[in-house]
Amino acid sequence: MDAYEVEIKVKNLNFYYGKELALKGINLDVFKNKVTALIGPSGCGKTTFLRCLNRMHDLYVGTRYEGEIIFEGKNILDKSVDLIELRSKIGMVFQKPTPFPMSIFDNVAYGLKLKGVKGKTLKEKVEKALKDAALWDEVKDRLKESAFSLSGGQQQRLCIARAIAVEPKVILFDEPTSALDPISTAKIEDLIVQLKNRVTIVIVTHNMQQAARISDYTAFMYLGELVEVGPTEKIFTNPEKKLTEDYITGRFG
Amino acid sequence: MLFVSFLGAVYGLFWLFWILGTLFINGFKYINLQLFLQDSGPPGLNIGGLRQAFVGHFIITVLATLIGVPIGLFAGIYFAEYGRNSRFFQVLRNTTDIMVSTPSIIMGAVMYAILVVPLRHFNALAGSMALAMLMIPVISVTTYEMLKLVPFTLREAAYALGAYKWQIIKDIVLRAAKVGILTGIILGVARISGETAPLLFTSFNNQYLSFDILKPMSSLTVTIFDYAMSPYKYWHNQAWAASFCLTFFILICSLIAKALLHQKSLKLFKKKR
Repeated sequence: MDAYEVEIKVKNLNFYYGKELALKGINLDVFKNKVTALIGPSGCGKTTFLRCLNRMHDLYVGTRYEGEIIFEGKNILDKSVDLIELRSKIGMVFQKPTPFPMSIFDNVAYGLKLKGVKGKTLKEKVEKALKDAALWDEVKDRLKESAFSLSGGQQQRLCIARAIAVEPKVILFDEPTSALDPISTAKIEDLIVQLKNRVTIVIVTHNMQQAARISDYTAFMYLGELVEVGPTEKIFTNPEKKLTEDYITGRFG
Repeated sequence: MLFVSFLGAVYGLFWLFWILGTLFINGFKYINLQLFLQDSGPPGLNIGGLRQAFVGHFIITVLATLIGVPIGLFAGIYFAEYGRNSRFFQVLRNTTDIMVSTPSIIMGAVMYAILVVPLRHFNALAGSMALAMLMIPVISVTTYEMLKLVPFTLREAAYALGAYKWQIIKDIVLRAAKVGILTGIILGVARISGETAPLLFTSFNNQYLSFDILKPMSSLTVTIFDYAMSPYKYWHNQAWAASFCLTFFILICSLIAKALLHQKSLKLFKKKR
């Protein structure tokens, strides 16, 4: 387990919504080029934790972090961190597809254009991202069409293409398949497994089979605390804590 | 219940159609080329048109729109994107609501004090400013409402790509809300193009064609008012014709706004299929 390189190291992270302590003393290593799944019952803080990793909470008033999240040798919770740069290195895919109100091409190009990519390089990068997201064959003849003309599953893959186009080091997935049908879900799961060769993935999921299928590491959270983390196989077959076992076997949650 | 509401609807529609019908009957037959191509004739003679009023009305309205739309738009953006959580915003937001229902003559009086008195004569700019002040709250409120409809997840998705706030507003939020905002602007134009009171003691009136916005300028509404008050039959008829044209223009604006909104809801429907 220690043989892998650590991409993100979380140390004693506390997080507050106003005065309410939502995350309590989280310690977690996210390994490079692995899929780490966050599981736990609703309201346990999985999504809250995920959104700490790219500091999405900064958009809202009254949120506060304590502790450290080390990424590229720096604590990203520092006030001095450039959030624009951070978020272009740690991308995110949301629960519901969020295509922008523009064409399919422009959706994928948006993040690249922000970075100043133009012309032929832009076209090549968009094509590559769409290919990597397994969407190219379905959209190559209709790149100019509105992104809303795609189905839900296609829209979600478009969002993944948009996220990988800017070549982030980490992609955070917040229940990316909870709004999709089983076939679209299977496509996106395949995609996530393929993507880990190039990026580190952290995924929040309600679906335990999904966590078992695609992740290398699983972290079980409960009431704002990280109960147990380890290789997925171990968590699912031989967890150390009674609470984890109860949740995995469906005794509550 | 059904019967009473039916009666209410019929009562409202009855007056509306009566007004429209009267305008059509009295106004339509006096519309001719002369009306648009000639300036006012001398009182009492059956010659002349209302060219100066049509042109003046157009200039005043366009100028008001050029002043009012950007200010209203940015105010709406501020309300929706920057000020949502501040106390200052709450005060501003309520003030804007009050401004929407401020009697339009107040705006005329304010502009009279600010722009007419110092210049010592009536001028079109003051009229446009008064109309712009009527338009700003309307546009800022619609812009605010339309931007609020844009789901926050869309903004988060853009943030997650590493975009600055101004880029997100410009590229994503405004684009998502553009049809709604455009509708607000058209309704704003329709709202001001029928106003008489704010123009009465700002742009005043002019018997001749004028392009100087620092001089008095004719407008349809004030001319209709003047002509209707005059003792001459010929002028009465022209006032009817002008009223019909103006009402027709406002009707077209409302229809365009309706069509845009309809198109937008169709799009939303398609998205959800």
